[in-house]
Amino acid sequence: MTIQTPNPVGKSVPRVDAFEKVTGAAKYVDDMAFGPTLLYGKIVHSTRAHALIKKIDVSKALALPGVKAVVTGQDNPTRLGLYLKDRYIFAYDRVRYVGESVAGVVAVSEEIAEQAAKLIEIEYEDLPPVFDPYQGAQPGAPLIHPDLGKYEVVPFIFPEPGTNISEHFKLRKGKVSDAGVADEIWAQCAAIVEDTYTLPQIQHAPIETHVAVAQWNPDGQVTLWSASQSPFAQRDLVAQSLGIPHGNLRVISPYIGGGFGGKAGISIEANVVLMAKAVPGYPVKVRMTREEEFVATNVRQSLVARYKVGCDKDGNLLAMEVAYYFGGGAYNDYGVNIVRAAGYSCTGPYDVPNVKGDSYCVYTNHPIGSAMRGFGMPEIHWGLEQIMDRLARTIGMDPVDFKRQNCVRTGDIIATGMTMPQIDLVQCIDKVAKAINWGHKDPPSAPHKRRGKGLAIMWKAPAMPPNPGSSAIVRFNEDATLNVYVSGQEIGQGAFTIAAQIAAEALGIPFEWVRVSANPVDTKYSPYEWQTVASRLTWSMGNAVKAAAEHARQQILEIVAKYWNEDPKDLDIKNGVVISYESEREQPLKKMVVYGLPNENYEGWQGGPIIGTGKFMPTYVTGLDPETGQGTRAVVHYTVGAQAVELEVDTETGQIEIIKIASAYDVGKAINPDLVMTQIEGGAVHGLSSAFEGLRFDEQGRALNASFVDYKLATALDAPKEIHGDIVETPLEDGPWGARGVGEHVMVQTAPAIANALYDALGIRFNHLPLSAEKVYLALRNKEKPEKAR
Amino acid sequence: MLHEITLTINGESYPVIVKSHYTLSRVLREQLGLTGTKIGCENGECGACTVLLDGEPVNSCLVLAVEAEGHRIETVEGLSKGGQLHPLQKAFIEHNAVQCGFCTPGMLMTAKALLERNPHPTEEEVRFALVGNLCRCTGYLRIIDAVLEVAEKGGEA
Repeated sequence: MTIQTPNPVGKSVPRVDAFEKVTGAAKYVDDMAFGPTLLYGKIVHSTRAHALIKKIDVSKALALPGVKAVVTGQDNPTRLGLYLKDRYIFAYDRVRYVGESVAGVVAVSEEIAEQAAKLIEIEYEDLPPVFDPYQGAQPGAPLIHPDLGKYEVVPFIFPEPGTNISEHFKLRKGKVSDAGVADEIWAQCAAIVEDTYTLPQIQHAPIETHVAVAQWNPDGQVTLWSASQSPFAQRDLVAQSLGIPHGNLRVISPYIGGGFGGKAGISIEANVVLMAKAVPGYPVKVRMTREEEFVATNVRQSLVARYKVGCDKDGNLLAMEVAYYFGGGAYNDYGVNIVRAAGYSCTGPYDVPNVKGDSYCVYTNHPIGSAMRGFGMPEIHWGLEQIMDRLARTIGMDPVDFKRQNCVRTGDIIATGMTMPQIDLVQCIDKVAKAINWGHKDPPSAPHKRRGKGLAIMWKAPAMPPNPGSSAIVRFNEDATLNVYVSGQEIGQGAFTIAAQIAAEALGIPFEWVRVSANPVDTKYSPYEWQTVASRLTWSMGNAVKAAAEHARQQILEIVAKYWNEDPKDLDIKNGVVISYESEREQPLKKMVVYGLPNENYEGWQGGPIIGTGKFMPTYVTGLDPETGQGTRAVVHYTVGAQAVELEVDTETGQIEIIKIASAYDVGKAINPDLVMTQIEGGAVHGLSSAFEGLRFDEQGRALNASFVDYKLATALDAPKEIHGDIVETPLEDGPWGARGVGEHVMVQTAPAIANALYDALGIRFNHLPLSAEKVYLALRNKEKPEKAR
Repeated sequence: MLHEITLTINGESYPVIVKSHYTLSRVLREQLGLTGTKIGCENGECGACTVLLDGEPVNSCLVLAVEAEGHRIETVEGLSKGGQLHPLQKAFIEHNAVQCGFCTPGMLMTAKALLERNPHPTEEEVRFALVGNLCRCTGYLRIIDAVLEVAEKGGEA
């Protein structure tokens, strides 16, 4: 018997995409067939960190048999960007990082394209580079974008022309001035901790690298197949930049082999479209090698963060000064909004009465810092959660008690002046403290080993423009199975399964009747979705699907009510059957959802194929004062959570073994509890891995570890023995059944939880990521001189 | 130089003409349409392209197609038989051990080879066997649990 699951919301139904994926049938961009006319593209990357382009000679490349075209920045000198249009598709007059796209070669085979790429001769004139974001923000630093003042920018981003600062977010709350928190407040503090924390650029490292295929037909119709979290945003950006009417540009995105933010916004896709333009009618494919993925797509921004935080003798937070210098890399078109998010959330999940926060996005001559899972929050929580641990210990409080006492609560006026929507962070803290058996230390497994426990808390809001929209369509088939059309991308998080659950629940049909028609997302046929980012799909796309399902439901009830001569208010749909609470009649959905129902004695018919449409867009987010960061509603909502780590350190080798990670997040409502758990588990290991990751560069800005041999991801051997997860459900006012997102939050505070546990084990603080056995070993050897702040 | 070879894949014979430098992963995907085998690094570092060669897991991006002639090649497409999923495939679904799915085919093939070699592995042995297959989504624990469950149930792998 086939399984039928009525009312699937809240149930751990199986993933709708799993069967395809375990059989190898699931198609990703590189699996799609383009036939024998397919051409191959290769991008030529800058070998200089910062230089003027004096001359590009493509003649030798063009002369190579099999080469069809070469494209350079001269072919389309218009700018591109999501929030700040600061980059050319191919470098125009200068290069700003090693790895920047300078030219594109199109040829009949990958081998010839590669060969031709090496024949392109570029003459550079080197300029002084900037690598450190703090240094880069100082007056007199070499300017990376002298034209910053001329770039088009959205109204809520504030670049500082004449500097390398592409965004400066200011937050001023309580007794503060630009000079800092007032002296009288500091004088009330019983303890003050001040320190600097840093972290390097890291890479998303999805197992599927960026890949795109484009075809520009002579009639002006353009198609882009891309591994993308943002098919609609890509359509918008490419259309604007290349002057293509939106309706002529079709972006098709099938399954994605991991995104983590790296496939959000735009990366190589516009380059591939330009390369295709040079060979009208032919599809052109560009697939990033692993090395290119590391340096020539996107990375997470680096950070130099300075903190000064104080509390009174009872442990109440009184004052906070923070300055975040994000290393945005060469182009900050997306990065500026990460920095804005870090600015308005600069206090972390704490109630602090006096705050001076400055968050700077600084251009550097390193790869492009862009969206990555957590969007600024892992970066700022790295130092913040250690500072809070230190502050608690300085006044003799247990760090967990300290965090419980000071954390944000529903109804608090938070740093931006916004009232905190419904959350329960205290419950999250209590759950993980219990799960990790806080306050109790097990003996180590060997005399030369040390055990430790650490806890960290977090918050994160979806960081978006105020008005990102979602839409959905539901369409019935003759047998009452339902196709749900969305453009939220299935990047592994389970978005399709959630969409199916929500549609089934809202319509009153079994889960198994729903098919999600979103693979591929095709901007020509699929309903609009802003982007698959910000952990916003369950909430925003979910609301759109629910609205579409309710729209269809209402049509059905009206048809049946008329058929029965009853009031639609007395009718309901249960398990695929319309029922009347009044007459107790029943009408199966089968057939009628397409053919309608006859009038009495077959005197005509009514109804017809049922199609429901729905949309959702938040309408209540307000602007913030550029001088103070104050406003009524900075963001739509926050998701909060706590995480605790138990680890063991080998004092002879510095090796760290993560024994257990316990997490608790307030998701509002778990539409699919087991899928929430898969996020909690995967995120914990992603967070763990990130604590040991870091791109390294030489003094000329060249990456030294752009491969999985030199840049290590956590493997099956590194995953902890146990990951415990707790789901807290404090309903969100405008979430479907109260749901809010959790996909990114699950890795935000893992690194500082590990650092706090390391302190518990060793009595040593680590201010600078990445962690490594070597670093721990050396710190143990130098315990009397702890690692100095920069 | 061109070579006319016959590859034995999932029990079927496939005659193909390949160049000397063509890798097995390339021929599987581009000439034979067996795109279940994924490309993640083309350097033998990520394991996404894992297939079995005479029952042993190999990175098919590091095997030349001409080398694979005369050997028994198994890919993810050959795991299910007659519409019946392999026990490992079933367990991966039941444990929600799949997220983006890109590492899944390679994971499944490595796990199959492990269970054929060692039908009752310890958790440590499973972790060690999977160490060459990178996954960025799942955190590995469910994959490990799925493999252990198949072993416990004695599911012939």
